[in-house]
Amino acid sequence: MAILNNRLTAEQYEQNFSDIHPPFDSRDAALVEANRCLFCYDAPCTKSCPTSINIPRFIKQITTDNIKGSAYTILDANIMGAGCSKVCPVEKLCEGSCVYNFLDEPPIPIAKLQRYSTEKAIEHKWPLFQRKPSTGRKVAVVGAGPAGLSCAHALSREGVDVTIYEKENQGGGLMTYGIAAYKVTPECCKDEVSFITSLGGIDIKYKQALGQDVSLAELQNNYDAVYLGVGVGLARQLNIPGEELAGVEDAIQFIYDIREKGYPSVPVGDKVAVIGLGMTAIDAATQAKRLGAKDVTIVYRRTQAEMPSTEVELNLAKLDGCNLIWLASPKEIKGENGRVSQLICHVMELSVPDTSGRRAPVETGETITLNVDMVIKAAGQVPYEELVSTHQLANWNGKVAIDSRCATNIPGVFAGGDCVNGGKEVVDAVQAGKDGAKAILEFIMSEIGPPMRSE
Amino acid sequence: MADLSANFLGIKSPNPFWLASAPPTDKQYNVLRAFEAGWGGVVWKTLGSQVKNVSSRYSAIDYGGTKMMGFNNIELISDRPLAINLREIAECVRLFPDRAMIVSLMADNSRAKWHELIAQVEDTGAHGLELNFGCPHGMTERGMGAAVGQDPEIAKMVVEWVMEKATIPVITKLTPNVHSVVPTGRATVEGGTHALSLINTIQSVTGVDLDTLVPNPYVAGKSVYGGYCGPAVKPIALKMLTTIAQDPITSRVPISGIGGVSTWKDAVEFLLLGASNVQVCTAVMKHGFRIVEDMCDGMNNWMDEKGFKTLDDFIGKSVPTITHWEDLDINYHIVAKINQDKCIHCGLCYIACEDTSHQAINLSYGNPYNTYSIKEDECVGCNLCKLVCPVDSCITMVEQRKGDEYVNWKEFQRRGLPLNDH
Ligand SMILES: Cc1cc2nc3c(=O)[nH]c(=O)nc-3n(C[C@H](O)[C@H](O)[C@H](O)COP(=O)(O)OP(=O)(O)OC[C@H]3O[C@@H](n4cnc5c(N)ncnc54)[C@H](O)[C@@H]3O)c2cc1C
Ligand SMILES: Cc1cc2nc3c(=O)[nH]c(=O)nc-3n(C[C@H](O)[C@H](O)[C@H](O)COP(=O)(O)O)c2cc1C
Ligand code: SF4
Ligand code: SF4
Ligand code: SF4
Repeated sequence: MAILNNRLTAEQYEQNFSDIHPPFDSRDAALVEANRCLFCYDAPCTKSCPTSINIPRFIKQITTDNIKGSAYTILDANIMGAGCSKVCPVEKLCEGSCVYNFLDEPPIPIAKLQRYSTEKAIEHKWPLFQRKPSTGRKVAVVGAGPAGLSCAHALSREGVDVTIYEKENQGGGLMTYGIAAYKVTPECCKDEVSFITSLGGIDIKYKQALGQDVSLAELQNNYDAVYLGVGVGLARQLNIPGEELAGVEDAIQFIYDIREKGYPSVPVGDKVAVIGLGMTAIDAATQAKRLGAKDVTIVYRRTQAEMPSTEVELNLAKLDGCNLIWLASPKEIKGENGRVSQLICHVMELSVPDTSGRRAPVETGETITLNVDMVIKAAGQVPYEELVSTHQLANWNGKVAIDSRCATNIPGVFAGGDCVNGGKEVVDAVQAGKDGAKAILEFIMSEIGPPMRSE
Repeated sequence: MADLSANFLGIKSPNPFWLASAPPTDKQYNVLRAFEAGWGGVVWKTLGSQVKNVSSRYSAIDYGGTKMMGFNNIELISDRPLAINLREIAECVRLFPDRAMIVSLMADNSRAKWHELIAQVEDTGAHGLELNFGCPHGMTERGMGAAVGQDPEIAKMVVEWVMEKATIPVITKLTPNVHSVVPTGRATVEGGTHALSLINTIQSVTGVDLDTLVPNPYVAGKSVYGGYCGPAVKPIALKMLTTIAQDPITSRVPISGIGGVSTWKDAVEFLLLGASNVQVCTAVMKHGFRIVEDMCDGMNNWMDEKGFKTLDDFIGKSVPTITHWEDLDINYHIVAKINQDKCIHCGLCYIACEDTSHQAINLSYGNPYNTYSIKEDECVGCNLCKLVCPVDSCITMVEQRKGDEYVNWKEFQRRGLPLNDH
């Protein structure tokens, strides 16, 4: 047993990481699906999209070959509509509430149609949005992830000049280095970021970390308002013996490496255990398998009824040949010569429901032992607690607390996205960015006064 | 097993499905394939003086993802040499003696030319003649085709010339490019035609190419009005057919129904409204001859279910149900009802009624699904919601008569009954 890189041929890597939701082959194929859309009134799909894209409208526009109009409808509501069309868990969002589900017929492939239009917009660099003349107002945004970019774009459209401070050397946030490579490629993310900034009025300063290269006080002094979209970053520790052994990896780091370093350079074990069953766990498990791991086992301490991932995602892991062990919780990692050799788990059972009806897993006293050479931790992410508390930001276990107008406890400082909600989807972060921009515009108008215009 | 065999003016065919005079009947190769596929008869592509066709010559209307809802052509009559056509017709009659062979004709405007052509065609052994008074393009400029069909006097005169010579049954094919097909229909019946067929194609412009800015079909930067046919024209054809079936003079002769027939259901509708058989063109141009299988099979099953043994049992049966507006029963009233178990909450009924009709549907907001219900008092029974609802029998119209007796508009006025009581 060993952890190795370069397990596959170039073609195998290529095939394993090709798009799992391929686009339509042809215009006709898209039209057939678009024409199935009933053009619902007050459409349930729109109500189930966190960014409220007017879905029947954009689909109707596809049916009339008005692709530009369609792309505008999507991107006006969701500036990351191109990325979202590839990464949204649509089965629980828009497509999950398409009325066709009542007819036991496949719902309209909304995301695929969304991709059809937005991909063209990005490919042809359509200048769909015009920025209003500069108002002279300035806002600092921290984090070039979905929340920060969406906020920046909405502000810039209104004539606010935005500077984004980003600690990495690329924009896109977890979209660029967190999401499974078979959903979006780094080029897609790059193109999406440049499409967003092509509006003008948005300056991204890379390699600028808040709390390190730039302070909140500076930003407050130099800008009319500050928006925090820093996301959540750190993987939760298991706090069990053996966690320090070589071969224990953090899922986010593992996935980041796949995106950053290229498939052949990422080492993976023969027998891999992945701990947790959220989207991150699935992504780590499937990608470990696709990198050439012989055996991948997902260990989850509850049952399928409680799992955070959707059934579609679970099936993805199953189809990739990953094993699942339900009701097992890591107790200890054992090693030989400083390297992982075994994962010992408590066998759990579900207790009687508490008042909320939730059944917590409890230990049965029994254990099981898995022979593994790699353990990937995907038991959730922890917010940047230190960053938050050193800045005296009111918070909830490190998640930034905001009021109904996206404002933190520090006047002029707003926040949204994963750093507030603790980690949801890209589409939620985009909406949070829009909400933040709206709140900041109101703040600028009422607290600071109407925008200055140079005559 | 019902009996599908048809007898049109003594011309027998194993079923009532004939191919209309058009490219599918332009040569022996096609016609033999059609007969092999099971078509009951053909009307050979119109013969006349020599012509030359252009390209392109077709265009189509696609609608809601369906191709060729409407079809358009600027083709002329057969552009193959007459002698070859005549030889092939004779050959087809010889090879399939049980199928109907009608030959469509359009001679130059002289009695002698008509007589000459008729004699040549009769020599082939064909069973009948169809006079093309309908071709809407190309030939009209020379005073033929629709130019004849649009003038009852000329049409009658030409029929009279034909009847002097013809020894086999004569069908006159009418153009729809008139206010009413009845005057020409009457004139030709009075002129002696044995039967009528309708409709030929309707003059149309199917659309303009948004890149070249030239309408379709495109011929070297120009276009012309073409003849419209296919599923899109069926309602118009049915209406024209009914007027012919109702008229006391034209209804004396059998009618061959044409225009948008694509399925057995369409054919049954034509027969119910007075046609004795049907002719098909666009549907085979789209799908090939094989569609006749389901046409026969479907009609057969329907007849069995309804207990009709022969075509005569139902030909014309629906004609008397088309009446005048003044004779409709004003006391008949229906109200929409939504089956909440079937409703998929698409809101289409609501927005149609709200924006464009009678605001008779109630919306109660939900997330993500709204609930829709009918305000019975506001519902005028127009049917719109039922028509837009995408779910089978989710909206039904429930009868709620305003009074037991039959009251029509004339009676309503005579009694001075109040307007808008419902
Ligand atoms: C493994 C994984 C898989 C996922 N898969 C999906 C999926 O398939 N579909 C989906 O919709 N969602 C998915 N998500 C969730 C989604 O990626 C996030 O919800 C979304 O990216 C949140 O956007 P954000 O802008 O709030 O934060 P982020 O995307 O995290 O962006 C925050 C940005 O802030 C920067 N930053 C952080 N700290 C600082 C600092 N101190 N100074 C300056 N910059 C800073 C970061 O570098 C980053 O660029 C996944 C998440 C993970 C972890
Ligand atoms: C390409 C084309 C050529 C036609 N040529 C003739 C013709 O030569 N003579 C004729 O009487 N009708 C001609 N027609 C009309 C058809 O016979 C028929 O009346 C009409 O197409 C309506 O039927 P449909 O809807 O089934 O196509 C032609 C139609 C088409 C589409
Ligand atoms: S953004 Fe996501 S949830 Fe919204 S419509 Fe598009 S695919 Fe669906
Ligand atoms: S619910 Fe489905 S059918 Fe209705 S508008 Fe949305 S995508 Fe179209
Ligand atoms: S159109 Fe039919 S399915 Fe749609 S809301 Fe109305 S009743 Fe329901």
